[in-house]
Amino acid sequence: MTEQEVKYFIDVVVNYFRDISGEPSEMGIPFVKEKETMLLDYTGLIGISGAKKGAIYLTASKEMLGEITSILLGDDDPGEELIVDMAGEIANTIAGNVRENFGASFMISVPIILKGCPDDVIIRMVPPIFIIPIKWRKHSAFLAVGLE
Amino acid sequence: MKMLIVDDSFVIRKTIEKYAAELGIKNILTASNGKDALRIFESESPSLVTLDITMPEMDGIECLEQIMKIDAHARVIIITALKDNATGLLALKKGAAGFLLKPFTPEQIRDEIAEVTGGMI
Repeated sequence: MTEQEVKYFIDVVVNYFRDISGEPSEMGIPFVKEKETMLLDYTGLIGISGAKKGAIYLTASKEMLGEITSILLGDDDPGEELIVDMAGEIANTIAGNVRENFGASFMISVPIILKGCPDDVIIRMVPPIFIIPIKWRKHSAFLAVGLE
Repeated sequence: MKMLIVDDSFVIRKTIEKYAAELGIKNILTASNGKDALRIFESESPSLVTLDITMPEMDGIECLEQIMKIDAHARVIIITALKDNATGLLALKKGAAGFLLKPFTPEQIRDEIAEVTGGMI
Protein backbone atom coordinates (compact mmCIF):
# COMPACT_ATOMS: atom_id res chain seq x y z
CA MET A 1 0.00 0.00 0.00
CA THR A 2 1.34 3.38 -0.97
CA GLU A 3 0.61 6.66 0.76
CA GLN A 4 -1.46 7.67 -2.27
CA GLU A 5 -3.54 4.50 -2.00
CA VAL A 6 -4.29 5.21 1.68
CA LYS A 7 -5.36 8.70 0.61
CA TYR A 8 -7.85 7.21 -1.87
CA PHE A 9 -9.61 5.52 1.06
CA ILE A 10 -9.52 8.68 3.18
CA ASP A 11 -11.11 10.70 0.37
CA VAL A 12 -13.87 8.12 -0.11
CA VAL A 13 -14.68 8.09 3.62
CA VAL A 14 -14.78 11.91 3.80
CA ASN A 15 -17.09 12.00 0.77
CA TYR A 16 -19.29 9.24 2.21
CA PHE A 17 -20.09 11.11 5.43
CA ARG A 18 -20.55 14.41 3.57
CA ASP A 19 -22.94 12.82 1.06
CA ILE A 20 -24.93 10.77 3.55
CA SER A 21 -25.31 13.37 6.30
CA GLY A 22 -24.33 16.72 4.86
CA GLU A 23 -21.93 16.95 7.78
CA PRO A 24 -18.14 16.81 7.79
CA SER A 25 -16.10 13.99 9.24
CA GLU A 26 -12.55 14.22 10.50
CA MET A 27 -9.87 11.70 9.63
CA GLY A 28 -7.14 11.10 12.19
CA ILE A 29 -3.57 10.29 11.27
CA PRO A 30 -3.46 6.75 9.85
CA PHE A 31 -1.31 4.29 11.75
CA VAL A 32 -0.09 0.77 11.11
CA LYS A 33 -0.96 -2.38 13.02
CA GLU A 34 0.93 -5.55 12.21
CA LYS A 35 -1.37 -8.27 13.51
CA GLU A 36 -4.14 -7.71 16.00
CA THR A 37 -7.44 -6.16 14.99
CA MET A 38 -9.39 -3.45 16.76
CA LEU A 39 -13.13 -3.97 16.69
CA LEU A 40 -15.98 -1.84 18.07
CA ASP A 41 -19.67 -2.85 18.38
CA TYR A 42 -20.28 -3.78 14.74
CA THR A 43 -17.91 -4.40 11.87
CA GLY A 44 -18.45 -4.71 8.13
CA LEU A 45 -15.69 -6.72 6.45
CA ILE A 46 -15.06 -6.86 2.70
CA GLY A 47 -12.68 -9.30 1.05
CA ILE A 48 -10.63 -7.95 -1.84
CA SER A 49 -9.36 -9.98 -4.77
CA GLY A 50 -8.12 -9.37 -8.30
CA ALA A 51 -5.59 -6.59 -8.81
CA LYS A 52 -5.26 -6.21 -5.02
CA LYS A 53 -5.61 -8.91 -2.40
CA GLY A 54 -6.60 -8.67 1.23
CA ALA A 55 -9.49 -7.08 3.07
CA ILE A 56 -10.87 -3.88 4.47
CA TYR A 57 -13.19 -3.39 7.41
CA LEU A 58 -15.18 -0.57 8.90
CA THR A 59 -15.82 -0.86 12.62
CA ALA A 60 -18.12 1.51 14.53
CA SER A 61 -20.24 1.90 17.62
CA LYS A 62 -23.90 0.98 17.68
CA GLU A 63 -24.75 4.61 18.39
CA MET A 64 -22.91 5.91 15.33
CA LEU A 65 -24.43 3.32 13.01
CA GLY A 66 -27.84 4.03 14.54
CA GLU A 67 -27.57 7.74 13.75
CA ILE A 68 -26.51 7.08 10.14
CA THR A 69 -29.38 4.61 9.72
CA SER A 70 -31.79 7.18 11.18
CA ILE A 71 -30.63 9.76 8.64
CA LEU A 72 -31.19 7.32 5.75
CA LEU A 73 -34.59 6.13 6.86
CA GLY A 74 -35.88 9.22 8.64
CA ASP A 75 -36.64 6.97 11.59
CA ASP A 76 -35.38 7.82 15.08
CA ASP A 77 -35.56 4.20 16.21
CA PRO A 78 -34.51 2.03 13.25
CA GLY A 79 -34.03 -1.20 15.19
CA GLU A 80 -31.10 -3.54 15.72
CA GLU A 81 -31.33 -5.49 12.44
CA LEU A 82 -31.02 -2.36 10.31
CA ILE A 83 -28.24 -0.89 12.46
CA VAL A 84 -26.17 -4.09 12.18
CA ASP A 85 -26.70 -4.17 8.41
CA MET A 86 -25.51 -0.57 8.16
CA ALA A 87 -21.96 -1.64 9.12
CA GLY A 88 -21.81 -3.92 6.09
CA GLU A 89 -23.33 -1.35 3.79
CA ILE A 90 -20.84 1.37 4.74
CA ALA A 91 -17.92 -1.03 4.20
CA ASN A 92 -19.40 -2.10 0.86
CA THR A 93 -19.85 1.50 -0.26
CA ILE A 94 -16.30 2.49 0.68
CA ALA A 95 -14.78 -0.55 -1.05
CA GLY A 96 -16.96 -0.02 -4.12
CA ASN A 97 -16.33 3.71 -4.38
CA VAL A 98 -12.57 3.29 -4.22
CA ARG A 99 -12.75 1.40 -7.54
CA GLU A 100 -12.81 4.85 -9.11
CA ASN A 101 -9.08 4.85 -8.33
CA PHE A 102 -8.17 1.15 -8.40
CA GLY A 103 -10.30 0.20 -11.42
CA ALA A 104 -12.71 -2.64 -12.15
CA SER A 105 -10.11 -5.33 -11.39
CA PHE A 106 -10.36 -4.34 -7.71
CA MET A 107 -12.89 -7.06 -6.88
CA ILE A 108 -14.98 -6.77 -3.71
CA SER A 109 -16.89 -9.47 -1.85
CA VAL A 110 -20.30 -9.18 -0.25
CA PRO A 111 -19.92 -7.89 3.31
CA ILE A 112 -19.45 -10.10 6.34
CA ILE A 113 -20.85 -8.51 9.47
CA LEU A 114 -19.29 -9.09 12.88
CA LYS A 115 -20.83 -8.25 16.24
CA GLY A 116 -18.32 -7.29 18.93
CA CYS A 117 -15.05 -9.23 19.01
CA PRO A 118 -15.97 -12.86 18.28
CA ASP A 119 -13.34 -15.36 19.45
CA ASP A 120 -14.02 -17.79 16.64
CA VAL A 121 -13.45 -15.40 13.75
CA ILE A 122 -10.02 -14.76 12.29
CA ILE A 123 -9.80 -11.73 10.05
CA ARG A 124 -7.20 -12.52 7.43
CA MET A 125 -5.72 -9.27 6.25
CA VAL A 126 -2.46 -8.61 4.50
CA PRO A 127 -0.09 -6.70 6.81
CA PRO A 128 0.80 -3.96 7.25
CA ILE A 129 -2.76 -3.01 8.18
CA PHE A 130 -3.43 0.71 7.89
CA ILE A 131 -5.93 2.00 10.44
CA ILE A 132 -7.67 5.26 9.54
CA PRO A 133 -9.39 6.86 12.56
CA ILE A 134 -12.73 8.49 11.70
CA LYS A 135 -14.59 11.05 13.77
CA TRP A 136 -18.17 11.96 12.84
CA ARG A 137 -20.38 13.98 15.16
CA LYS A 138 -19.23 12.81 18.61
CA HIS A 139 -18.49 9.26 17.44
CA SER A 140 -15.29 7.43 16.61
CA ALA A 141 -14.90 4.65 14.08
CA PHE A 142 -12.03 3.00 12.25
CA LEU A 143 -11.39 1.92 8.70
CA ALA A 144 -8.78 -0.84 8.44
CA VAL A 145 -7.11 -1.54 5.10
CA GLY A 146 -4.80 -4.50 4.58
CA LEU A 147 -3.94 -5.02 0.93
CA GLU A 148 -1.01 -6.28 -1.07
CA MET B 1 -47.09 0.55 -10.73
CA LYS B 2 -45.29 -2.52 -9.42
CA MET B 3 -41.64 -2.14 -8.40
CA LEU B 4 -38.98 -4.70 -7.42
CA ILE B 5 -36.06 -3.61 -5.22
CA VAL B 6 -33.04 -5.97 -5.30
CA ASP B 7 -30.19 -5.44 -2.85
CA ASP B 8 -28.48 -7.71 -0.32
CA SER B 9 -28.51 -4.86 2.20
CA PHE B 10 -31.66 -4.69 4.31
CA VAL B 11 -31.06 -1.03 5.12
CA ILE B 12 -30.71 -0.12 1.42
CA ARG B 13 -33.88 -2.04 0.51
CA LYS B 14 -35.76 -0.15 3.22
CA THR B 15 -34.28 3.19 2.13
CA ILE B 16 -35.20 2.77 -1.54
CA GLU B 17 -38.63 1.49 -0.53
CA LYS B 18 -39.20 4.60 1.57
CA TYR B 19 -38.27 6.99 -1.24
CA ALA B 20 -40.29 5.02 -3.81
CA ALA B 21 -43.34 5.06 -1.54
CA GLU B 22 -42.97 8.83 -1.19
CA LEU B 23 -43.19 9.01 -5.00
CA GLY B 24 -46.53 7.23 -4.84
CA ILE B 25 -45.39 3.70 -5.73
CA LYS B 26 -47.53 1.43 -3.59
CA ASN B 27 -46.85 -2.07 -4.84
CA ILE B 28 -43.23 -2.70 -3.84
CA LEU B 29 -41.55 -6.11 -3.81
CA THR B 30 -38.04 -6.86 -2.54
CA ALA B 31 -35.33 -9.47 -3.03
CA SER B 32 -31.88 -9.86 -1.45
CA ASN B 33 -30.13 -11.70 -4.29
CA GLY B 34 -30.28 -12.17 -8.04
CA LYS B 35 -31.85 -15.63 -7.97
CA ASP B 36 -34.82 -14.54 -5.87
CA ALA B 37 -35.11 -11.39 -7.98
CA LEU B 38 -35.43 -13.43 -11.19
CA ARG B 39 -38.09 -15.66 -9.68
CA ILE B 40 -40.09 -12.61 -8.56
CA PHE B 41 -39.56 -10.83 -11.88
CA GLU B 42 -40.97 -13.81 -13.80
CA SER B 43 -44.00 -14.24 -11.57
CA GLU B 44 -44.85 -10.60 -10.84
CA SER B 45 -43.71 -8.70 -13.96
CA PRO B 46 -42.79 -5.45 -12.17
CA SER B 47 -42.70 -2.24 -14.24
CA LEU B 48 -39.51 -1.07 -12.57
CA VAL B 49 -36.53 -2.86 -11.00
CA THR B 50 -33.70 -1.38 -8.94
CA LEU B 51 -30.74 -3.75 -8.93
CA ASP B 52 -27.57 -3.86 -6.86
CA ILE B 53 -24.51 -5.50 -8.44
CA THR B 54 -22.49 -7.06 -5.61
CA MET B 55 -24.82 -9.71 -4.21
CA PRO B 56 -24.64 -13.37 -3.14
CA GLU B 57 -26.08 -16.23 -5.22
CA MET B 58 -26.26 -14.27 -8.48
CA ASP B 59 -24.74 -10.83 -9.01
CA GLY B 60 -26.61 -7.89 -10.48
CA ILE B 61 -24.99 -7.98 -13.92
CA GLU B 62 -25.95 -11.62 -14.47
CA CYS B 63 -29.42 -10.93 -13.09
CA LEU B 64 -29.77 -7.96 -15.46
CA GLU B 65 -28.85 -10.18 -18.42
CA GLN B 66 -31.48 -12.73 -17.42
CA ILE B 67 -34.14 -10.06 -16.88
CA MET B 68 -33.47 -8.58 -20.32
CA LYS B 69 -33.84 -12.07 -21.85
CA ILE B 70 -37.26 -12.38 -20.21
CA ASP B 71 -38.34 -8.85 -21.14
CA ALA B 72 -36.16 -6.79 -23.46
CA HIS B 73 -38.13 -3.67 -22.52
CA ALA B 74 -37.70 -4.08 -18.75
CA ARG B 75 -36.88 -0.85 -16.93
CA VAL B 76 -33.91 -1.56 -14.67
CA ILE B 77 -31.96 0.97 -12.61
CA ILE B 78 -28.58 -0.26 -11.38
CA ILE B 79 -27.85 1.10 -7.90
CA THR B 80 -24.31 0.20 -6.86
CA ALA B 81 -21.27 1.37 -4.93
CA LEU B 82 -18.97 0.27 -7.79
CA LYS B 83 -17.66 3.65 -8.89
CA ASP B 84 -15.63 2.81 -11.97
CA ASN B 85 -16.48 3.73 -15.53
CA ALA B 86 -16.27 0.16 -16.82
CA THR B 87 -19.03 -1.08 -14.53
CA GLY B 88 -21.39 1.74 -15.46
CA LEU B 89 -20.78 1.21 -19.17
CA LEU B 90 -21.20 -2.55 -18.83
CA ALA B 91 -24.55 -2.15 -17.06
CA LEU B 92 -25.85 0.24 -19.72
CA LYS B 93 -24.58 -2.05 -22.48
CA LYS B 94 -26.44 -4.98 -20.91
CA GLY B 95 -29.68 -3.00 -21.03
CA ALA B 96 -29.95 -0.97 -17.82
CA ALA B 97 -32.13 2.10 -18.23
CA GLY B 98 -30.43 3.99 -15.42
CA PHE B 99 -27.38 3.94 -13.17
CA LEU B 100 -27.07 5.43 -9.71
CA LEU B 101 -24.08 5.37 -7.39
CA LYS B 102 -24.16 4.73 -3.66
CA PRO B 103 -24.29 6.65 -1.46
CA PHE B 104 -27.29 8.38 -2.98
CA THR B 105 -29.43 11.24 -1.78
CA PRO B 106 -33.25 11.13 -1.65
CA GLU B 107 -33.34 13.61 -4.54
CA GLN B 108 -31.06 11.49 -6.71
CA ILE B 109 -33.14 8.36 -6.32
CA ARG B 110 -36.43 10.17 -6.83
CA ASP B 111 -35.07 11.87 -9.97
CA GLU B 112 -33.72 8.59 -11.36
CA ILE B 113 -36.99 6.73 -10.78
CA ALA B 114 -38.99 9.60 -12.30
CA GLU B 115 -36.73 9.74 -15.35
CA VAL B 116 -36.69 6.01 -16.02
CA THR B 117 -40.44 5.62 -15.56
CA GLY B 118 -41.10 8.69 -17.70
CA GLY B 119 -43.83 9.98 -15.42
CA MET B 120 -45.71 6.64 -15.35
CA ILE B 121 -46.13 6.81 -11.58
